Amino acid sequence: MSASRVVAVTGNESVAEALRQVNPDVSAAYPITPATDIMQRFTHYVSNGKVKTEMILVESEHSAMSACIGASAAGGRVMTATSSQGLALMWEELFIASGYRLPIVMSLVNRALSAPINIHCDHSDGMGARDCGWIQLWSENAQEAYDNTIQAFRIAENMDIRLPAMVCMDGFIISHSIERMEYLDDDAVRNYVGDFKQLYPLLDIAHPVSYGPLILSDYYMEYKRAHAEVMSKVKHVVLDAASEFERISGRKYGLFEDYRLDDAEIGLVVLNSAAGTSKDVVDAFRDRGIKAGLLKPRLFRPFPYEEVGEALKHLKAVCVLDRADASGASYGPLFMEIASSVSPYSPRPVLLNKIYGLGGRDYLPGHAESVLSELAEVAATGKVRTFKEYIGVRE
Amino acid sequence: MKPRGWKELNPGAVITEAGSARKFKTGSWRSFKPVWIEENCIQCMMCWIYCPDMAITAKDGKRGEFNYYFCKGCGICALECPGKKGKKAIVMEEEGQ
Ligand code: SF4
Ligand code: SF4
Repeated sequence: MSASRVVAVTGNESVAEALRQVNPDVSAAYPITPATDIMQRFTHYVSNGKVKTEMILVESEHSAMSACIGASAAGGRVMTATSSQGLALMWEELFIASGYRLPIVMSLVNRALSAPINIHCDHSDGMGARDCGWIQLWSENAQEAYDNTIQAFRIAENMDIRLPAMVCMDGFIISHSIERMEYLDDDAVRNYVGDFKQLYPLLDIAHPVSYGPLILSDYYMEYKRAHAEVMSKVKHVVLDAASEFERISGRKYGLFEDYRLDDAEIGLVVLNSAAGTSKDVVDAFRDRGIKAGLLKPRLFRPFPYEEVGEALKHLKAVCVLDRADASGASYGPLFMEIASSVSPYSPRPVLLNKIYGLGGRDYLPGHAESVLSELAEVAATGKVRTFKEYIGVRE
Repeated sequence: MKPRGWKELNPGAVITEAGSARKFKTGSWRSFKPVWIEENCIQCMMCWIYCPDMAITAKDGKRGEFNYYFCKGCGICALECPGKKGKKAIVMEEEGQ
């Protein structure tokens, strides 16, 4: 294990530090709250000569992602950061980055989408981009955001997959709150990510290549089938990257975190910062002799549905907490993943869905308590009051 | 050539063969066709410079016939052609006339 520094920093600061340590070749970005702070700090590193990165300041996020695509195809290690509308403006480019199999790393500081305009946290931005062919890693706190950012380079750039990766953390709740965490040594991070390996670099003029050919009905489906195959390899790459990361950091990561799940009868499934609050409440229920547990997805794309199904199948009742509404859909986006994960099993847990925390609405221990109490009731009686509802909202 | 299956594709649809566009017939899109009137041609090569494809053949610094395999009939060459004494050396004719 390498030496580490204990620091008190915000989530944004921790990601900027990870990017400084990785020292990518190119970055293109456009400011948007709450991600602005990451690139603001990073551009200081550029100006002060702390990194050798070619920093491209562009006029929009559409241009930011376009420039990242160009730089990545040219043969560089590339990163950017954004939030909310910024990610929405990158939309068409996201598919191009993944379709070209470019290992761009992007920090996504989760923020609600307009309208009504709002700058605070929910997961509607990341969920909106969940099917764009990128890898998504979600992070509970500043430490995880830092650790996932470093691992994302190694995962994305793995020669077996070569896919862009998005690292999510909760806007303001994590991005702007100061926490105690540990930084790795610069050398440890650089050795861990290693030298960037190029694949079909445009700037290798001795081996000319073309990106972006027109692929019509004769081959398009074959390319999409190939993409699905590559996606199926990602979980192995993520686990390898995690075990190597544990060697240098002592911190253990998997496809998801299973918290007191082994003998649990009731459980919560929740992403990002709300998992921290929920784990405290799970502990309090355990102290009262109630077998509660929690599953916090980390790798959300590709979704490890077989492993998640296996981890949840023995529970009696599970509530999936969604910090995004899939407007007009049956249930929230996380719920639909969990429901399909447990669907092959019989018996399987009764599933409830609660939509919470939209636009930065607080998620408090009381919310977790009432959900767990309801689950205990469902587990005991088999009776369900309602399968889906919004919590923390005024009637 | 037998079409390839999904396991045989290059990642990202990247084409690693230089100049492979030569194999791709794009002239079939054309609805207007440029016609070269050699007697009005001053061999300025403007058409060769402006043609967005490889549809104007050139040899020893002089243009030859159109290569209609690639010509899309965009009309740029006809527009740019200065011709001789106000007479164009390229005119566009509707296909199938
Ligand atoms: S019509 Fe267009 S494509 Fe055809 S030769 Fe002229 S410039 Fe080239
Ligand atoms: S532009 Fe006109 S005059 Fe010049 S080379 Fe072409 S055809 Fe001849």
